[in-house]
Amino acid sequence: MENILVAENIDKNFGDFKALNNISIQVPKESIFGLLGPNGAGKTTFIRIINQITMPDKGNIIFDGNKLQPNDVHYIGYLPEERGLYKRMKVGEQALYLAQLKGMSKSEAKKRLKYWFDKFEIGAWWNKKVEELSKGMAQKVQFIITVLHQPKLLIFDEPFSGFDPINANLIKEEILNLKKEGSSIIFSTHRMESVEELCEHIALIHEANKVLDGKLIDIKKEFKTNTFEVGLQVDNKEDTLNKLKERFNVSNATFKSLEDDLKLNIKLSNGETSTDLIKYLNSRSIINHYVEVIPTANDIFIQAVKQNSKII
Amino acid sequence: MNKLKLIIKREYFAKVRNRTFIVMTFLSPLLMIGMIALVAFLTKSSIEKSTTVAYVDQSGLFSEQDFNDNKTIKFENLTDVDIEEAKIIVNESSHEGLLFIPKKDSIDQIANQIQFFSQESPGMVTISEIESIVERKLQSEKMQQLDIDLKKFESARVKVDINLINFSGEKSSKMMNGIKIGLGMGAGYIIMMFIIIYGAMVMRSVIEEKTSRIIEVIISSVKPFELMMGKILGTAAAGLTQFFIWVILMFIIFMISSFVFGFDVSANMNTSQMTAEQLEILAQNDTQFILTEILNLPFLSMFFYFILYFLLGYLLYSSIYAAIGAAVDNETDTQQFMLPVMMPLMIGVYVGFATVINDPHGVIATTFSMIPFTSPIVMLMRIPFGVPWWQIAISLFLLLITFLIVVWIAAKIYRVGILMYGKKVNYKELYKWLKY
Repeated sequence: MENILVAENIDKNFGDFKALNNISIQVPKESIFGLLGPNGAGKTTFIRIINQITMPDKGNIIFDGNKLQPNDVHYIGYLPEERGLYKRMKVGEQALYLAQLKGMSKSEAKKRLKYWFDKFEIGAWWNKKVEELSKGMAQKVQFIITVLHQPKLLIFDEPFSGFDPINANLIKEEILNLKKEGSSIIFSTHRMESVEELCEHIALIHEANKVLDGKLIDIKKEFKTNTFEVGLQVDNKEDTLNKLKERFNVSNATFKSLEDDLKLNIKLSNGETSTDLIKYLNSRSIINHYVEVIPTANDIFIQAVKQNSKII
Repeated sequence: MNKLKLIIKREYFAKVRNRTFIVMTFLSPLLMIGMIALVAFLTKSSIEKSTTVAYVDQSGLFSEQDFNDNKTIKFENLTDVDIEEAKIIVNESSHEGLLFIPKKDSIDQIANQIQFFSQESPGMVTISEIESIVERKLQSEKMQQLDIDLKKFESARVKVDINLINFSGEKSSKMMNGIKIGLGMGAGYIIMMFIIIYGAMVMRSVIEEKTSRIIEVIISSVKPFELMMGKILGTAAAGLTQFFIWVILMFIIFMISSFVFGFDVSANMNTSQMTAEQLEILAQNDTQFILTEILNLPFLSMFFYFILYFLLGYLLYSSIYAAIGAAVDNETDTQQFMLPVMMPLMIGVYVGFATVINDPHGVIATTFSMIPFTSPIVMLMRIPFGVPWWQIAISLFLLLITFLIVVWIAAKIYRVGILMYGKKVNYKELYKWLKY
């Protein structure tokens, strides 16, 4: 698969502070790429480098096959985490201005704006001043401004903050739509459930270093611990538990079930397979619940950050 | 380039459509006219308010004709009353005071022992007028004593009015000097005000973009330098618009008022600047000469240089203002940086007021009209007196070079500052930013 964006060995220092250390990342075309990391890890700096707001001290950015150029800002749409609009300017006028700054002609911008304003049913806001809008309304306008010039690469930094669930869902649908229409998307967030839901690839930056990247599925495979969550119907819970403990690495689990089951997480040691476990359990109990524990994005995030903090 | 134009346009209209801007533009000239009228009215009425002065003349040298009532002072003769009694009378009345001329052997003695009693200190104008009356009388008395022919003496008086001519043959006069001073000071002062007002406007606009958090969206489309320059130029355009409107309005108001009030207006305006002596000159046949000279003043080049120095001075200062705006989070934090900006402006104005009046081409005035941070103000004050072209050229060149250096530094601070939030910034921090 071709990449829309390739970052090669990016370094960035602010005085004595190292913001990015040798970061290399590939963002594939027509996919959603999750850029993750704790607060202050360097995500925003990296995004600003892609947007040519700050220049890297070292390294290259390849955008759509060529070295990143000043005019490429026309093909990138950026919704920053810290975002706002001119409060005393009218919505329509402002949208037109920002669209023109992205290189669109006035007539083209008007046409596209009308399409989006109709789509979001906010045509009546055109002549309102931004200070008259609620926060959510202003966010919608900002989303439109970000995607208006049909950029090849979209960068969303916490796009759902400030939206109620209904509008957050609307924005999510639009992001998926944009991907379908051929845009590539970099998505930075702390909300792991939306990473789970949207991202195919992720990269995790921690304390200026990239600690993880790749397809989310591959990473999950890498992080899985050969653990199974089971719900067993047995006569004597204590007895069974003790016996299981002798043979396996067992811990308590919590999940909902209909029966009064013995709920356990069973971790297999190397060489043992799921088949072995099922055979063993089947001979001693009725298995009501059996599922492999897949690490969530949340688990991966926490684990990766913890591991790498120890090293440093 | 195209984006710069867009930014300039937006900044311009954001300023010009602002209600405060519109009100200020159209109200200021009216306010100014009102102020001038008020001052003229007050001076006039205070001059016209007459005071009464009583006098006791024991010397017997003065007659009632000597103390003729005039516009400002009315005299009351209390010579018949004893001096102590006269004091009581005057004290109880609303008279300004009591003039006491004692009886002495010689005129010189009298001259030294004349007294003026009053409740409060009398006005300077009143006293000097009384002094001149008494002086004239005593002088003529003394001349009679010395057998000097009064008529011959009068006719022997010579009045000297030195004509000021520079080497290129342009005639000038003391009054013209006054007008030039007024013109130069006015222009220098206006430049300072414009720089402060519009520089602060740029600063506020930068802070607004920072606090409303639109800044990151914009600089993902344009370079910070473009945004800064667009902001500065757009605001300058708004400033010039205001200036042109003022000039036109002033012209219209002046035309209307001179049409309505006739000659009175110009006469009134002149009296505020001229001494009585100069008025006398004016009343004589010099009027024509002065009028032509006023018209000969280099108004066009003054106007041209005003625009030039305003633009360059404004560009220099507003880039500093922009950097300050970028460095802080809100307007209250700007205080610590304002002093170094205001200082040179203030120095410019004060040095100008202090030195240009006395010696427009002296070392101090010339030096300060070369130093880039004060030159827009001081040079403009000097220009009405005629400045050699090479001095203007050097001053403009230095100003331009400084502007380029300052804008380079300001842009660096701006670029870093606009994305910094919640950091208390000091000079050390700013210096670090230069190296980011």
